[in-house]
Amino acid sequence: MNPSPVRHNAAVKEPMREEHPAIHVEVTHEESDPFAAPTLFDIKDLNVYYGGFRAVRDVSLSVGQRQITALIGPSGCGKTTMLRCLNRMNDLIEIARVEGQVLYHGVDLYDRRVDPVEVRRRIGMVFQKPNPFPKSIYDNISFGPKIAGFKGGMDEIVETSLRKAALWDEVKDRLRESAWGLSGGQQQRLCIARCIAVSPDVILMDEPCSALDPIATGRIEDLMQDLKSEYTIVIVTHNMQQAARVSDMTAFFTAEVNEEQDRRTGLLVEYDKTEQIFTNPADERTENYVTGRFG
Amino acid sequence: MSEITVSSPPTGAVDLRGDPKRRRRESIIAGVFRASAIVSIIISAAIVFSLFGKALDFALNVDVAALWADQGWFPRRGFFDLRSIVAGTFVVTGVAMLVAAPLGLGAAIYLAEFAKPRVRRTLKPILEILAGIPSVVLGFFALTWISPEIVQRFFSHATAFNMAAAGLAVGVLITPLVAAVTEDSLRAVPHALREAAYGLAARKRSVVARVILPAATSGIVASFILAISRAIGETMIVAIAAGGTGGSDLALDPTQPGQTMTAAMTALAIGSDQVKGEANTFPSLFFVGLLLFFMTMILNVVSERFVRRVREKY
Repeated sequence: MNPSPVRHNAAVKEPMREEHPAIHVEVTHEESDPFAAPTLFDIKDLNVYYGGFRAVRDVSLSVGQRQITALIGPSGCGKTTMLRCLNRMNDLIEIARVEGQVLYHGVDLYDRRVDPVEVRRRIGMVFQKPNPFPKSIYDNISFGPKIAGFKGGMDEIVETSLRKAALWDEVKDRLRESAWGLSGGQQQRLCIARCIAVSPDVILMDEPCSALDPIATGRIEDLMQDLKSEYTIVIVTHNMQQAARVSDMTAFFTAEVNEEQDRRTGLLVEYDKTEQIFTNPADERTENYVTGRFG
Repeated sequence: MSEITVSSPPTGAVDLRGDPKRRRRESIIAGVFRASAIVSIIISAAIVFSLFGKALDFALNVDVAALWADQGWFPRRGFFDLRSIVAGTFVVTGVAMLVAAPLGLGAAIYLAEFAKPRVRRTLKPILEILAGIPSVVLGFFALTWISPEIVQRFFSHATAFNMAAAGLAVGVLITPLVAAVTEDSLRAVPHALREAAYGLAARKRSVVARVILPAATSGIVASFILAISRAIGETMIVAIAAGGTGGSDLALDPTQPGQTMTAAMTALAIGSDQVKGEANTFPSLFFVGLLLFFMTMILNVVSERFVRRVREKY
């Protein structure tokens, strides 16, 4: 009956201050318990409405620092909507309205005094379809730092970001060429590099591989593992194998058909360690989904 | 294998020839559209051709040096200083673009990026009404209001008929054109690019200045070119408000009367096919017309080149 059987973090600590991000994150061994990671996002009773219609209902979950958290579920289950609440991208949709709390380092992102631009500086986003600007590779990377008022070694930022995104060797000789000349997989890594260039704390990925072939997908997945030591990643994916491969924690969402309107409302079914979700889910709906009987 | 002849009908196990009636109808439709495309080309060619004969007459008979002589444009008296009417055209168009470029661009940016949907729904039709005002009405507005209330107020030496007043009114006329074409091109910039910029912590002004405007450059330049062409071709406002009906001397000061190429043609051709004056007076009309035609054509070609060079493809 309980719509959100969320296992809350067993050891919820004081929300960490930004000045000491590295203190509690020493434990990154294979066998480390994802639940033990310090909380970064604490989402409480989140409801998202598009006009009068409720797209996401009563979601509560907490996301650990320096973890990869996957949001999975069938189409229309609100996972992308959910993800876009984490950096206030939903603000761009005129009719969207958010209720509940999204605590980030203990601060409610939807507090009236919060500037969404400040939020997005710390919480970057990579989109479903690679969306480089129709500018040079260099200008794509320097865009973020430039508008943030950064002055100084731009070349260095460009190189570091491209290296972190495992793209440097492929593009170092053509930084001044249009980013639109790159392959889809390269473009997506460029978008990740562009995101890294503003030195965020979190990277949100909205089905980052859905437009890519398996080889490019593999490279992005490897990249995510590399980035995990520095960034918290929340990824929405349609691909269950991908979630199983890359993530530490998995949240399974599903959609329920509304009675009055012919539209679907998303809700969180189960949130647990990825291994648990895929081998021994607590909810029958999760099991049906991960075993391919539904969705 | 090589026995098979090309002409053998494709009637094997399956018949893939399709319905002949349908295919005939298809080719008729294609023919109709091809014909309309060809007709418009023929019309354009005919226009140039009709201008060309008389224009050539003029060019052969007139003393070419007189086209640059310091005597003003008084065709009835045989003074054909082209500079004075070309200058008048540039002055009026320049003033018009000084008004229309910032105003049209600003309105477009506001409508496309800042206005709430309800505001946009109210403002756009108003802008379209502005575009629908007959230019003869704007001409009187220029003469009876813009000239005394604006131009003469700020420039006390300005004459009652002046190019500035006409230019301002032409600016009002072409502002909606700039706004509409620019707005369309701003809205055509893919949503994904906006999201990318907002996702990188850009504020609205950075998104507009660094992503949307560069991506929409070709549309914006196109709107300017369209507006300039329209301003160069605008006749009624300048004929009413700019002065210099019988002809004009070379004047670059917008507060003074002047004549544009179109107004010069109207002044000559109005109400009669019997243009009084000397032998070259009537053909001069065609020469000026041809010149106008080439000016706008060059403008289009140059802008096309420019746009191809600077635009960010998306």
